[in-house]
Amino acid sequence: MSNTFFDHSADFGRRHFLTLSAAAIAFATALPGISAAADFDQALVDAAKGEGTLNSIALPPDWANYGKMISTFEEKFGLKVNNQSPNASSAQELQAIRSTKGQSRAVDVVDVGSSFALAGTKEGLFEPYKVSTWDSIPAEMKDADGNWYGDYFGVISFVVNTNIVKNVPQSWSDLLKPEYKGQIALNGSPMGAAAAFSGVWAASLANGGSLDDIEPGIKFFAELSKSGNFIPVDATPATLQSGQTPIVIDWDYLNLGYQKQFASTTPLQVVIPSDGVFGNYYAQAISAFAANPSAAKLWEEFVYSDEGQLIYLEGFAHPARFNDMVERGVIPEELMNALPPAEPYQQVKFPNSDQSEKAQSTLQANWQNEVGN
Amino acid sequence: MADSHLPASAALPGGASDGHYPEKPAVRRRQGLASLIPWFFIALFFLFITAFLILPSITVLLGAFFENGAPTLKFVRQIFGRHYLHAYIVTTELAALTALIATVAGLVTAHIVQMRGTPQWVRTGITSFSGVAANFAGVPLAFAFISTLGTLGMVTVWLKVIGIDIYSQGFSLFTFTGLTITYLYFQVPLMVIVITPAVQGMRKEWREACDNLGGSSFTYWRRIGIPILTPPTLAGFILLFGNAFASYATPYALTSGLIPLVPTEIGNLLSGNVMAAPQLGQALALGMIVVMGLAMLLYWLLQKWASKWR
Repeated sequence: MSNTFFDHSADFGRRHFLTLSAAAIAFATALPGISAAADFDQALVDAAKGEGTLNSIALPPDWANYGKMISTFEEKFGLKVNNQSPNASSAQELQAIRSTKGQSRAVDVVDVGSSFALAGTKEGLFEPYKVSTWDSIPAEMKDADGNWYGDYFGVISFVVNTNIVKNVPQSWSDLLKPEYKGQIALNGSPMGAAAAFSGVWAASLANGGSLDDIEPGIKFFAELSKSGNFIPVDATPATLQSGQTPIVIDWDYLNLGYQKQFASTTPLQVVIPSDGVFGNYYAQAISAFAANPSAAKLWEEFVYSDEGQLIYLEGFAHPARFNDMVERGVIPEELMNALPPAEPYQQVKFPNSDQSEKAQSTLQANWQNEVGN
Repeated sequence: MADSHLPASAALPGGASDGHYPEKPAVRRRQGLASLIPWFFIALFFLFITAFLILPSITVLLGAFFENGAPTLKFVRQIFGRHYLHAYIVTTELAALTALIATVAGLVTAHIVQMRGTPQWVRTGITSFSGVAANFAGVPLAFAFISTLGTLGMVTVWLKVIGIDIYSQGFSLFTFTGLTITYLYFQVPLMVIVITPAVQGMRKEWREACDNLGGSSFTYWRRIGIPILTPPTLAGFILLFGNAFASYATPYALTSGLIPLVPTEIGNLLSGNVMAAPQLGQALALGMIVVMGLAMLLYWLLQKWASKWR
């Protein structure tokens, strides 16, 4: 009985939903301007349109799908996005806030690593703002006062060029096998590149370390370096494709992006190691000296809307509101299927700022001495 | 300055009246304008130096010694910590070693290019190659070496085929040795470019005079060649030292900062995604400025010393 009722209601729901969405589509095609702004506060949209531009910084088009994020935002609201220095680092983003103060090209919004979000808050570089979807951002990914809020997170993965590596490593301990001699690389220095830093931390979790202890990760890389498996080359998509560094440790969303991008030329496989999963997030913040404060707020509203969050997911980056969206069933199945298995992502714990600072000083004291030769 | 000889009338005391010499002012004005031209370019040069050398240096100085407006020695003290002191030592070793090897190799190459018996094509070949290679640095250079001498590099693989496995013999491109070899690729050509004019300036007559007075080849080099070539050679060495000391992109691409070098350490602090300590980076940069300042001072002294031989 409950069954029939359930079926019936489901049926009704589906039909009802179809009618509704058909109506919505008709409505949207009829009045695109109004529907685009339907989910957004009209006063804010108007104020942003009055400003006409948004000055963003350090958003590479092929990183977490920022290319689409920007073009969709521009089309939807008719604003122009000036994306300065697409490849700038978090440190340079904060510097840009300081140095462009009071100019018409002053930076409006930034996308920075978690430790830089804290540093910027301490320095008073950010304008607190809480987007309308604030409550569904996990508490550990946002500043209670709204100075910054995590936008997407990733976990450390291996990307493997299967032209060269026939036997794909599945775990950190696999990397120690002699067959991978001279093949494993990080994307830069763990003291400068966030992914390399996180790679060492993930290796630590796989070797008895913790969020409070990165030392086992350094020991692991020292062993990899001694056996000659690890080469300290600054890995890039070019070194991965050419086979100079056929196994690269990097963020899942970048590696999955490369896999898709090079599908026709180089077969790549992406592995989330089974024995050590480490994740970290980037955070959005509005500059306290924004040239276009309303455009900045509208940008955040868009990024944190379901639509914006799905754009991240299309770029293989897990958006901050991922769990909430899974619960509400708003993530299309094909998007879910394109992602690695969800299980490791549920275990991810983010380090807090004290743990990050401790890990940095441990690395600085020991990395070159132990891993260098 | 010393060679700008004004006409005799300028020697008249107290800007004597020109009334008696109606044609004088015109002459003098033309001279005034003409003598302004060099000053204009000198002013441009100083403007450039101010914008790109002096002002950044002042910024670095302020960043290294002030925190939130209050003077502090915190950052300078930090660079004398074990880790950064080690980076200065390694950077100095690498710069000095590559500069020394390249100075000798560059001098010999420049001499060979100048010898009478050297065919023209060798001369043009070496000169053109030097011009290109001296400016070949950074990421492209690093990757050229990775594809040549890396673990899967072409030369590495060829040697393996004939039974020599350089990596199992203990060689690695990603070590101090590997960096030295890579740096030499741009250091030697740079020395060739810098020293060639000095080698060319050795006059044939000196050699002939030495021969006519009964001097051997050894006497010529000991009494004439080496004394004359020493100052420019030392100056070249200092230039190469500075060039290697400040290299950033090449070592980063090759070793990701695994070998502690001051420029890569500064890069991590100023433009990384992990640590944010810009002021410590500025203190490190100040240390580099001090080292390079000493090198320039030495260079200037050598230039003065060298001028005595002319």
